[in-house]
Amino acid sequence: MDTNTKKIEDLKDIKSMMERSSRFLSLSGLSGISAGIFALIGGFIAYFIMDMGKIKYDEHFYLLQPLPFENVLLPLLILGSSVLILALGSALFFSMRKARKQGMSLWGHTTRRLLTHLFIPLITGGFFILILIDSNDVTLVASATLIFYGLALVNAGKYTFGEVHYLGISEIILGILAGIFVHYGLVFWVLGFGVLHIVYGSVMYFRYER
Amino acid sequence: MSVLVVNEWVDFNTLKELLDTTDGNLASHLKALEEKQFVKMKKQFIGRKPRTSYQVTETGRSLFTLHIEALENLFSNQ
Repeated sequence: MDTNTKKIEDLKDIKSMMERSSRFLSLSGLSGISAGIFALIGGFIAYFIMDMGKIKYDEHFYLLQPLPFENVLLPLLILGSSVLILALGSALFFSMRKARKQGMSLWGHTTRRLLTHLFIPLITGGFFILILIDSNDVTLVASATLIFYGLALVNAGKYTFGEVHYLGISEIILGILAGIFVHYGLVFWVLGFGVLHIVYGSVMYFRYER
Repeated sequence: MSVLVVNEWVDFNTLKELLDTTDGNLASHLKALEEKQFVKMKKQFIGRKPRTSYQVTETGRSLFTLHIEALENLFSNQ
């Protein structure tokens, strides 16, 4: 019986060493939950900004008129950037906390690899969305943000927890739906950046940190 | 070996940090593995600093896989 326990231990050690050397393990589910909360709050604020800019929605959040975007563009961009900065900031905070608890340093070659794979699709998406806004075709902006974000997550998923991969796929699906049902852009955004983050963040938190 | 089979090239310092061991200990183990041709080594210069990295060979990889399978089989046989 004792040799078997040793073999199980050996296998566990091998698996653990493989994970530690190839995946970034300090990502915390709490980052997802807090990012989701910021996004939900941002969604409410966006709705009021649109309302004040005389852009109306019906009771199902269906956008009632084509977007004369100029008067709300700047406030929305500021709102979007603030939500992004808060989400990234909280992600950094919770990851630092988790790394400290794990006794590992936050920065390493797994961190670098994760960030590279995350940022290539993300920055590409950023430029593409600026191109869309510049050409005054804003109908597909919500769809594009979700799709590029989803692609970035799928790309990065191999280098951190596998749940990130599935979150990415979900975001891509929502993004495509947002491209088809363009009048529901705000709904898909709130679902994708708010609800999904809270759901996946909670799953990751309870699976790995509790 | 666990580290090398899931990464392309791993440098000496990364291995040392992951395995939490000393320079000498790690170096002698790596030398033994290299002599048996289970790993191969590459020396590069980053600016002026030398950096040595290691990669598992096909032989090393097959033997490691056999090792894992042996551990798994003997476990379920009991």
